Amino acid sequence: MEKQRPFMKALKCRECGHEYPLEATHVCEFDFGPLEVVYDYDRIHGRLTRDLIESRPRTMWRYRELLPIAGEPTVGAQVGYTPLVRADRLARRLGVRELWIKNDAVNYPTLSFKDRVVSVALSRARELGFKTVACASTGNLANSVAANAAAAGLDSYVFIPHDLEQGKVLNSLIYGARVIGIRGHYDEVNRLCAEIAGKYGWAFVNVNMRPYYAEGSKSMGFEIQEQLGWKIPAHTVVCMASGSLLTKIHKSYQEFSKLGLVASTPWKIHGAQATGCSPITTAQKAGLDFFKPVKPDTIAKSLAIGTPADGFYALKVMKETGGSGEDVTDDEIREGIRMLAECEGIFAETAGGVTVGVARKLIASGKIPADESVVLCITGNGLKTLDAVAGHAGETREIRPSLREFEGVMANDQPDLVNS
Amino acid sequence: MPVQVRIPTPLRKLTNNEELVQVEAATVGAAITALQARYPGIRERLLDDQGAVRRFVNVYVNEEDIRFLQNQQTPLKEGDEISIIPAIAGG
Repeated sequence: MEKQRPFMKALKCRECGHEYPLEATHVCEFDFGPLEVVYDYDRIHGRLTRDLIESRPRTMWRYRELLPIAGEPTVGAQVGYTPLVRADRLARRLGVRELWIKNDAVNYPTLSFKDRVVSVALSRARELGFKTVACASTGNLANSVAANAAAAGLDSYVFIPHDLEQGKVLNSLIYGARVIGIRGHYDEVNRLCAEIAGKYGWAFVNVNMRPYYAEGSKSMGFEIQEQLGWKIPAHTVVCMASGSLLTKIHKSYQEFSKLGLVASTPWKIHGAQATGCSPITTAQKAGLDFFKPVKPDTIAKSLAIGTPADGFYALKVMKETGGSGEDVTDDEIREGIRMLAECEGIFAETAGGVTVGVARKLIASGKIPADESVVLCITGNGLKTLDAVAGHAGETREIRPSLREFEGVMANDQPDLVNS
Repeated sequence: MPVQVRIPTPLRKLTNNEELVQVEAATVGAAITALQARYPGIRERLLDDQGAVRRFVNVYVNEEDIRFLQNQQTPLKEGDEISIIPAIAGG
């Protein structure tokens, strides 16, 4: 692609509007408000067309004008464009007509939506001259930073709560990342990282690179719209940890509407949390604008953030779009994982169980009407959270390699077949 | 009583780049008042017009969020450490 002026213009405080240069900085000096990337929409409008997007490779970078890097992506060029699956069997189970699964459980290369944010953050980190990248993570972000940094030849430090699922820990170590386990929950990991971030001159993807990082999530929403045939779904259910993904899916719908790439039909964004860590949905149900922090206790460890940085904005998006917040217990999470697996052959991690469980509740209560289109955002892969479902997914029946023993099994399962 | 306050990067312009500042205060609220006396302008960065801690500012006493303690009324004892930290995303 031709070399040209970037389409991003500045960083801007979401609270007071103060502007900052496009550097590795994330907080407004005046009110601590988060900084967000501002784009030159006038230039993007008319340039970014459906035809142009469709002519490009099937990766998240086909929407590159709306992603905050200056040149070509140098990290994660193959990320994204995961399947949007029409889920008729699950739809029948949940009692809704048109249901779709946006399946980031098979995102490249580390099987979660985090590859989207990391490819943006690391590409931008390289543009800004960083050699070492780092993150605070509940697991998936750590995996993605570790893998993408390795492929890009960058050093990486990842900070995680010490008691994460084994699968997620190994999935960071294997790439040669330096993994630091913190004896505390994610909010404590984050606090430590905020204190470390400025000190060593690293690109901390979710701290000083946050304005760029967060924008990567929009690509999940861009893909949903394109894959639906350039349409906005009436309902989107998104799981929430910090709440960032939910706000960025909303922003993706706003941007495509504004650019005329889709018709601006009404949409509702619904937020999903685990009951054991539900500061945002609790506030939403109580009609509050701001959440009360909690100490997390849930099997959905990837969502276990008790002080969600974007909770305020997630609440605002749900309110403005008429969406709802709902939460589910650990048992309901496991049931959600099984339903998705049994109906659609998709094995999601615990966060996916949260999304499915919440969708089920919202459909049952009529908050999602049976005759409107629904997209569930599945953000991570079940193979990474095997601990959570071990002992809850049925059992292997062991037999000797003997026909008689197998017929014993069949006599139990399907007596009609055995006797015929 | 003397307590330590860790100053986050976005506020160090106000503290002549000091990272760690000692103030005399019996509560978190009093510590913020003491900081303001020494570094004028710091209070309005931390508190909103109603005097509440701004929504994107997290304040900790010895690693515990003051919202789990008594907010600005949280008592301090000698040697306590206050951290002021912007909210950060992630997952």
